[in-house]
Amino acid sequence: MEVFFQQIINGLTLGSIYALIALGYTMVYGIIQLINFAHGEIFTAGGYIGVIVLSFMQARGVLDTHPFLGLFLAFVLAMIYCAFLAVALETVAYRPLRRASRLSLLLSALGMSIFLSNGMMLSQGVYDKAYPHFFTSGGFKVGGVIVTNMQVFIIIGSVLLMVGLNLFVNRTRLGKAMRSTAQDRVMSAILGINANKTIVTTFVIGAVLAAAAGVMVGLYYGSVRFDMGFIPGIKAFSAAVLGGIGNLTGAMLGGMIIGMVEIFAAGYLASEYKDVFAFIILILVLYFRPTGIMGEQVDDTRV
Amino acid sequence: MSSRPLLKFAIVLIWAFILLFPMLGIEEDRFVWDRVLKVMAVITAAGMLVLVYHYFLKGLSLRPKVFDEASTKFRPPRRLLIGLGVAGVLALPWIADNYGRDIAINVLIYIALGLGLNIVVGLAGLLDLGYIAFYAVGAYTYALLNTNFGVPFWLALPVGCVISAGVGAFIGYPTLKMRGDYLAIVTLGFGEIIRIVLNNWDKVTKGPNGILGIKAPGLFYPVVENGSIEFAHLYLKNLIWMYYLILAIAVLIMLAVYRLNTSRIGRAWMAVREDETAAELTGIHTTRMKLYAYMLGAIFAGFAGAFFAAKVRYVNPSSFIFLESALVLCIVVLGGMGSIPGIIIGAAAIIVLPEMFRGLALYRMAAFGGAMTAMMVFRPEGLLPAKRKAQEVEMERETATIP
Repeated sequence: MEVFFQQIINGLTLGSIYALIALGYTMVYGIIQLINFAHGEIFTAGGYIGVIVLSFMQARGVLDTHPFLGLFLAFVLAMIYCAFLAVALETVAYRPLRRASRLSLLLSALGMSIFLSNGMMLSQGVYDKAYPHFFTSGGFKVGGVIVTNMQVFIIIGSVLLMVGLNLFVNRTRLGKAMRSTAQDRVMSAILGINANKTIVTTFVIGAVLAAAAGVMVGLYYGSVRFDMGFIPGIKAFSAAVLGGIGNLTGAMLGGMIIGMVEIFAAGYLASEYKDVFAFIILILVLYFRPTGIMGEQVDDTRV
Repeated sequence: MSSRPLLKFAIVLIWAFILLFPMLGIEEDRFVWDRVLKVMAVITAAGMLVLVYHYFLKGLSLRPKVFDEASTKFRPPRRLLIGLGVAGVLALPWIADNYGRDIAINVLIYIALGLGLNIVVGLAGLLDLGYIAFYAVGAYTYALLNTNFGVPFWLALPVGCVISAGVGAFIGYPTLKMRGDYLAIVTLGFGEIIRIVLNNWDKVTKGPNGILGIKAPGLFYPVVENGSIEFAHLYLKNLIWMYYLILAIAVLIMLAVYRLNTSRIGRAWMAVREDETAAELTGIHTTRMKLYAYMLGAIFAGFAGAFFAAKVRYVNPSSFIFLESALVLCIVVLGGMGSIPGIIIGAAAIIVLPEMFRGLALYRMAAFGGAMTAMMVFRPEGLLPAKRKAQEVEMERETATIP
């Protein structure tokens, strides 16, 4: 039984990270119907900025005296960097293709994904880059279940970010503009909503969440790598689809499900096949509910 | 002369600096400037070129605005061109060295794959991101049959196709109800599942080590010996033989696709692509058509896969990663969806370009990714779009001007 609860804690942690990445996919998809393959690389970039900031502070000796300042700066700078990266991506690779076929847009995103991951390999090296471990180690026990500080931090941090996102999307003017553009871009434009501005905002929000996830993954697993964005990217996109693409609650739910399935499959069945189980769940759910768990009826838009 | 381009240029430079500096310029606690400055210099130079173009060359017309077809004086007869092309393709392995032959064989493999995926994506409009799985099935079928039971290539080829088609139907069936990008992620998932299984099912596939010792295809040919006809056996190990073999396969697939394009099934696929509901209402069995598309695409990939295993005589799962699916998709879209010449050009570009970048060593893949985006941005409809598709675009443009 203890093992079971332990798995739940682990699953929640992984699920929160997937959910954060999945939100970026689902929002971008909702607004311009693009599977943003470069999103996984934005997540990786966040992880790298986190490690760069933290090692810089550690080498200067600031990290030992002000660990929380270091953590705060790592997150904020990673988010800012990824926001800049996302705006650059949108302007260079996606905006010129706004009226082109969706396949061209998809391949443009794929090209950027290859470009970014190799660019990071060239600038940061092929090998894992280790995070300074200063508070990744601590933890406590609840009735035989070990909960690390990092896990608590990740779960609470993700929940806060998601609540913030929900407030933003539902309560602010910009959020309203986003929802409106996602529903009908032409009509919103007629009503005076700046489509370009709204789309860029969406990309920026997605990138900020992915950056947070990147730093969290770096802290949790202790290292980052140039190609670490690919598999989580695919799984997060699966999570977004599983929840019903374009639906924010769905993405969070989907992320949690994929995380849980992966952890439980690794714990109880076979760890080398954990990704297979995640995909099988995805396929099964989509077979019985072709538009995802929370998805609405999709229209006939094809490739 | 407005100053807007200059302003844009400045913004691009600042933006590039913000993005480059943290990644290139910080090592532990030191700031390293030379790498940042080098890359910035390259970006500045490129930007200058664009500025020069914008301010000085844009006004000059380098070529006549309206391309008048009749004004081109000499046009060699079509037959001559085709004849030269065929002769060139046939003579290629005798002209090229082994490196050239190898690349030519790869191009032909990817032409076969591109043509197969074109049926699924280009004709039937089903976005398949796990297409390489069928290629893997074909390759592993031949590898396993040959190493375990000694089945020769010519027998394994149809078996591989049948198995690939079966897998295609198996994957296709649950996805029939799904539309658009739900399909994309499910096919991607299937592709990954097959790769992971190949990677971990040690007993059968030998895991990441792969399968060694696959035999090349053989050929019996008659020889007259002491007055009686005997059959000698020859392994087609030579790259020249392999080239002709894959050429034959590619031409076969090309003919099949050419015939399919205008056949009843081909038109049914296009109807499904354009509007599934309308297609169903006109009496097209849409589920069956989609299954056919999957199975046929899978068969062609199975062909290519079996050949790949026979050529390299070694298979391992790392040949069947997602990037390969992306490459094949890129060939289909780059060439212009649905057009056979487009796919040939696309395959040549996708395979030859990275070879040309080989001098760039490590920068090769980054350059490739950048080139992929650039090609999509500058030619979103592909290099040689299919005629029917081009007509559609033309029509859309005409109707778009009417409010």
